[in-house]
Amino acid sequence: MASPTSYQPAVYVYQAPVRIWHWINAAALVALALTGYLIGSPLPTLSGEASDHFLMGYIRFVHFAAGYILVIGFLARIYWAFVGNKHSREIFLPPIFKREFWGGVWHEIKWYAFFAGEPRKYTGHNPLAVLTMHIMFVWGMLFMIVTGLALYGEGAGLDSWQFQWFSSWLIPLVGQSMDLHTWHHLGMWWIILFAMIHIYVAIREDIMSRQSLISSMISGWRTFKDERKVDDGH
Amino acid sequence: MLETFYDVMRRQGISRRSFLKYCSLTAAALGLGPEFAGKIAHAMENKPRIPVLWLHGLECTCCSESFIRSAHPLAKDVVLSMVSLDYDDTIMAAAGQQAEAIIEETIQKYDGNFILAVEGNPPLNQEGMSCIIAGKPFVEQLTKVAKHCKAIISWGSCASYGCVQAAKPNPTKATPVHKIITDKPIIKVPGCPPIAEVMTAVVTYILTFERFPELDRQGRPKMFYSQRIHDKCYRRPHFDAGQFVESFDDEGARKGYCLYKMGCKGPTTYNACSTIRWNEGTSFPIQAGHGCIGCSEDGFWDKGSWYARLTDIPAFGVEANADKIGIAAAATVGTAIAAHAAMSAVKRAKSTQTTAAHDEPKQGA
Repeated sequence: MASPTSYQPAVYVYQAPVRIWHWINAAALVALALTGYLIGSPLPTLSGEASDHFLMGYIRFVHFAAGYILVIGFLARIYWAFVGNKHSREIFLPPIFKREFWGGVWHEIKWYAFFAGEPRKYTGHNPLAVLTMHIMFVWGMLFMIVTGLALYGEGAGLDSWQFQWFSSWLIPLVGQSMDLHTWHHLGMWWIILFAMIHIYVAIREDIMSRQSLISSMISGWRTFKDERKVDDGH
Repeated sequence: MLETFYDVMRRQGISRRSFLKYCSLTAAALGLGPEFAGKIAHAMENKPRIPVLWLHGLECTCCSESFIRSAHPLAKDVVLSMVSLDYDDTIMAAAGQQAEAIIEETIQKYDGNFILAVEGNPPLNQEGMSCIIAGKPFVEQLTKVAKHCKAIISWGSCASYGCVQAAKPNPTKATPVHKIITDKPIIKVPGCPPIAEVMTAVVTYILTFERFPELDRQGRPKMFYSQRIHDKCYRRPHFDAGQFVESFDDEGARKGYCLYKMGCKGPTTYNACSTIRWNEGTSFPIQAGHGCIGCSEDGFWDKGSWYARLTDIPAFGVEANADKIGIAAAATVGTAIAAHAAMSAVKRAKSTQTTAAHDEPKQGA
């Protein structure tokens, strides 16, 4: 072999809180997208008296409950970015002022465009993943949390903290309540697009890259498929 | 000294008993609690009435029509006489030069002490020529009177937001009052028209307490615009149950199910229709079987169909709702992923072959 042979031990990358949050958050997102869609376009009408059913009530309850789980989880995740290992900060603070980072992004683009013959080897996320997660996921989540709480404040009423902190300034900012609903609805599709790309790329990387992906988000350990040096472009 | 509100009411032949009744009813309508009835009575007995100039810009007069139909026991007589409506070109007797002279007179006599009520809005394009009052663009009259007033009431969605004349593409550049007058307190009373009782209650509050009721960030009185139609709709239980009208003549429509799927804008409209209702509390649109069209919301003419739940988003010259845009984007990304996955598989297959080819001679050796 051309490269120096050296034993490449597995690295503990995703600490337990990050992994637990990842899967809770994923479940919350699925619940939120499904119930959110059904709030916008309800199921066919039920018959009988109003006292016979509480279907929309339950759907909305699941949406709000999952929403709060997502919000609290996201806050806890931000806290963990401060106290956790260096990988816990990756998606929140992409090193956009470092040249090597953009070099790494460019290399990843070439890898995805089938120009680069071989991917680089990373312990954490690759630079393109960091950028995508930061823009699509972190900001997408923030957008959905802020618009979601503003919508919740409408029902909770003028004196609620949700209304005072979110609805009171956001509704006039976007125009009116209807526009806020539309933005929140578009945000769902933004997150869905992220999820599609995220899952596809995770599977593809798991197969084609030089390190483990999916199992790492379960066990926390990053294992490597060859024994050459780790690049860690950022 | 000027006559007080009480003097005016007595002159109108209203008994003291009726006057006190009016005070307590008004206190209740304003959500002030019974102890305020006495304060209202005291204020009305002692305060000189405040003159109101009521200007009309680009509008349809539905606000005035609503106002004079107030079902509040005495409001229509009392408020109309109590407000010394010194100038209101649609309902005053004077006309022409005589009418315009009243404006000058009010400005001189009550400089900084009168209320300016605006119905409609000024168009700014073509030098304001799309709305001419007494030979001059309305915007000139508005800015002149506004300079001398104490505060402004923006009646209806026209004055508050622009309404139909400001709907896209807004050829006359009809502009709501608060975007032209920026140095005076403005209370917005949106609606097309606003509810009569809301209008009289707002006027009564301002005249009694000489200040605006509590306003939200958009400048609307909280007491009437703090909840959505949906929050207090009598059909709300059907919404929570998941019982909807699917088309206008179905079983659900006959049973009075929720009009959400028919595009009812109740969930996004802040107004008091579902509590105060219209025409002496007889009914309101949803009760009559038609969804709310959201007439008290900013830009309600430009939010797509009144009969669709999801609004159209105009972009790139086409209109599509959030779901259509989302599904199109997801389909595009999905196709790209599929193509990319196929190419990845090909690449992987090729590299496996090359590795195998490299390995063969080794094995042979």
